[in-house]
Amino acid sequence: MAATQEEIVNGLAEIVNEIAGIPVEDVQLDKSFTDDLDVDSLSMVEVVVAAEERFDVKIPDDDVKNLKTVGDAADYIAKHQV
Amino acid sequence: MSPTNRTVVVTGIGATTPLGGDSASTWEGLLAGRSGVKPLESERFAELPVRIAALAAVDPADVLPRPLARKLDRSAQFALIAAREAWADAGYKAKAGEDENIAPERLGTVIASGIGGVTTLLDQYDVLKEKGARRVSPHTVPMLMPNGPSANVGLEVNAQAGVHTPVSACASGAEAIGYAVEMIRTGRADVVVAGGTEAAIHPLPVAAFANMMAMSKNNDEPTKASRPYDKGRDGFVLGEGAGVVVLESAEHAEARGARVYCEVLGQGLSADSHHIAQPEPTGRGVAAAMRNLLDNTGVKPSEIVHLNAHATSTPQGDVAEIKALRRVLGEDLDHVAVSGTKSMTGHLLGGAGGIETVATVLALHHRLAPPTINLDELDEEVDADVVRGEARALPEGTISAINNSFGFGGHNVVLAFRSV
Repeated sequence: MAATQEEIVNGLAEIVNEIAGIPVEDVQLDKSFTDDLDVDSLSMVEVVVAAEERFDVKIPDDDVKNLKTVGDAADYIAKHQV
Repeated sequence: MSPTNRTVVVTGIGATTPLGGDSASTWEGLLAGRSGVKPLESERFAELPVRIAALAAVDPADVLPRPLARKLDRSAQFALIAAREAWADAGYKAKAGEDENIAPERLGTVIASGIGGVTTLLDQYDVLKEKGARRVSPHTVPMLMPNGPSANVGLEVNAQAGVHTPVSACASGAEAIGYAVEMIRTGRADVVVAGGTEAAIHPLPVAAFANMMAMSKNNDEPTKASRPYDKGRDGFVLGEGAGVVVLESAEHAEARGARVYCEVLGQGLSADSHHIAQPEPTGRGVAAAMRNLLDNTGVKPSEIVHLNAHATSTPQGDVAEIKALRRVLGEDLDHVAVSGTKSMTGHLLGGAGGIETVATVLALHHRLAPPTINLDELDEEVDADVVRGEARALPEGTISAINNSFGFGGHNVVLAFRSV
């Protein structure tokens, strides 16, 4: 069963917390991974791979550059999950 | 004074070793004659001929924030912890630029490792095989590159004069100290954070060193396994950790009112050109390095009262080192208190020159030579005054100490320090 948007955001928050140490409550839809959440380009790859596994979705490298905010990622996952 | 004659001093020290998580606990362990060698209890070492090592007393991943620790190879974690201690110990309150006492373009780092991020490389290869290419960490390359520790310390302190990593196996850490001295002498930098780090306690390097017949197989008595100069020695014990010092031009240290531990007189270098892994048995290369040290630094044999020896506890190497020193120093070797601190810390490979520099600096500062433990029966070929039993007081007045490091490949590095 596909995850709800709330489940996706909560899942992303846990992933960002694990990788960048940002408190889960600070991981909000409008937050930029790079500017607000201390996720650099290398750590973003880790976030993407962890999200792929968690939500059973494929995020090709070419699409990763469009995922600027937590909202971008949540929308992408909601649209593409199986 | 021309830039090439600048005096270089030590203003900060830091370490994380098998004896303790900082330089104070390490020094305490060295004076107490404590062994840091332990059994390797993990299942993955069960089938190996060597199942002992000098594991770090404090796990570096427990000291650093988790998001930072997971992006650093264990060797870089050790280096960062030791460098932070040394930087604070030198009296710097923030990174270069923020602390107005040092400009970023006048600060360098030279942190060496003998092997680099070998555990990262091997663990990520396991990930590749077991979970596939997509799961290989994007941090793998910066974690496994041997310059990673130096670069991460450089980022930490904002070093912009140069960030370097000499690699010469077990001489790497000492070569780093020597390189840092040259950076200050030639005017490239006023302050350099320098040292060595290593984290290679993994089944592959342990199996490989064991197959070279280089390691002690005394699995039943780990704390007795590393025994330099003892008749029963049968090889070195692998250790892990880092030792880092802050080196500074004397003018710079004086201008900011820094506490000075001692002076670094410089280095003597040579290469054996004999065999890729065997020490040259007559000690020809070591003697050449020692002579170069005397010529380059002007240190007088009469003032040398302490040697932190390379002394890894191998049958051949321990004797060749002492023979070489006897040849160069003659009777002046008689007043040198020789300490084989690897008897306690194990052999940190590229980290050895770092932690042994810290030990040598503290020996001069406190005027105490640490003991060599497990020396029950002195090899009669070792014609030197080895400190046994307990630490020994060093003389008053102006005294000097030397620290030897030699590496596979035939690299010989001798460093000299003088009291202030």
